[in-house]
Amino acid sequence: MAELRGLRHSLLVRITHWLITLAFLALLVSGLEIVVSHPRFYWGETGNVNTAPLFKIPIAASRATVPTGYGSVLPDQNGWSRYLHFQSAWMLVLTGLLYVVAGVFNGHFRRNLLPALSDVSAKRLASFIAQHLRFARPSAEEAWSYNVLQRLTYLLVIFILFPLIIWTGLAMSPSFVSAVPAAVNVLGGQQSARTLHFLLTAALVLFLLVHVLMILLSGFRDRVRAMITGHAVGPVGRG
Amino acid sequence: MNKLTRRRMITASLAAAAGASALGVAAKLAKRYGLIPPDSGGIFGPGETLTYAAQRLLTRHSVAREFSRSQISRDPFANEVDPLGEEFQRLQQAGFADWRLVVDGMVAQPASFSLAELQSFPHHSHITMIQCEEGWSYIAEWTGVPLSYVLQLVGALPQARYVVYRSFQPDWWESIDMADALHPQTLLALRMNGDELPVRFGGPLRMRVSRQLGYKNVKYITRLTLTDNLKRLGKGLGSAAPEAGYAWYAGL
Repeated sequence: MAELRGLRHSLLVRITHWLITLAFLALLVSGLEIVVSHPRFYWGETGNVNTAPLFKIPIAASRATVPTGYGSVLPDQNGWSRYLHFQSAWMLVLTGLLYVVAGVFNGHFRRNLLPALSDVSAKRLASFIAQHLRFARPSAEEAWSYNVLQRLTYLLVIFILFPLIIWTGLAMSPSFVSAVPAAVNVLGGQQSARTLHFLLTAALVLFLLVHVLMILLSGFRDRVRAMITGHAVGPVGRG
Repeated sequence: MNKLTRRRMITASLAAAAGASALGVAAKLAKRYGLIPPDSGGIFGPGETLTYAAQRLLTRHSVAREFSRSQISRDPFANEVDPLGEEFQRLQQAGFADWRLVVDGMVAQPASFSLAELQSFPHHSHITMIQCEEGWSYIAEWTGVPLSYVLQLVGALPQARYVVYRSFQPDWWESIDMADALHPQTLLALRMNGDELPVRFGGPLRMRVSRQLGYKNVKYITRLTLTDNLKRLGKGLGSAAPEAGYAWYAGL
């Protein structure tokens, strides 16, 4: 086994990574429970069972008032789900803020996530995508540094998807939008915000699945250990 | 132990002590300025307290978005209502002539108003959205007596901090703080979209709290009680909602 060299992930990155993982999973479970009480989505300001939906999720609902086509009504889980959703949202936002502010000041984003300009070319990206589609095992060097495709994906998740899902969540809050009406108005309405919130969840779940799949392919134990202890195993230490 | 780690340890313990005392001071201040919700205990207490405190600091005086007449929903949804029973039917058949709104608690003059009296008070209208915690919504024009007018009329005492409101349905009672009670959009609603408020939408009298979810907008209001303490009511969580597992503050 190769010797251990330096730290792959800083303590702050490791702590915030797992806190955000925990918060995200709690938000996902509680969010889906809330959706089950009304698995219909609309566009615009308003929508209810008397309105034509933009789309429906073909599941039974936890409310008898929703026409789902199923005879059964699922148990209502909204109370604890809503409490857990907002508590986890606070945890995600506060942890995320700490991560982003620290990352800007200590050079984490510049060093580890901003791709080299020469790497951002269609050719380089295409070769990495092809490599991913072949499920090729990443090179040993990649235990120590992210490739351009990974860098762009992480930047998209951190600086586009998470801010958007927080924004669309806030845009559903009647009290928040009373103070900041533009937050919901520019999205096209409160139901549009809810629909976008759901679609962004789908995008983040897709990221999570690919993220976990890549970890499984590239060596689950090494990658998870690196994110827990900070130590990576590999011949090319650049950490 | 070398110098650096000792210095680090001293710095760290000083920071921890400062952090702990800052938290203590923050908790005292939060209590003093009414930033702690009645359901702040339990595992979800921290999240609820952060939400309520943030809303009270940032959105205390903001008004809910108002819409144009053309945006009023043509197909509002009233949600299910538990059976109202025979007594309600008798009141309804008599045109709610015997419906009373009792106002008591921390007021200079406890009072009881008929619907006719409420109808003679100054009215306010707004076209606003009502959102259910389940996710659906509709827009309607609500017309009624500002709650602040009634509170002024009965002489709300300055030490009152909450208005508890009860429904003809005994299981559905709620409370709001004075920021929401005195808010210009908070109405004892008597009319909806220009007509008498239909029974399924809460007629003859519904509490309309414009910046909170549907379940705070209690239907069939019969009694208002002003208090400075919610601990003695029910299970001490502020209203029926947290007793059923739902947040007391429903602005989010």
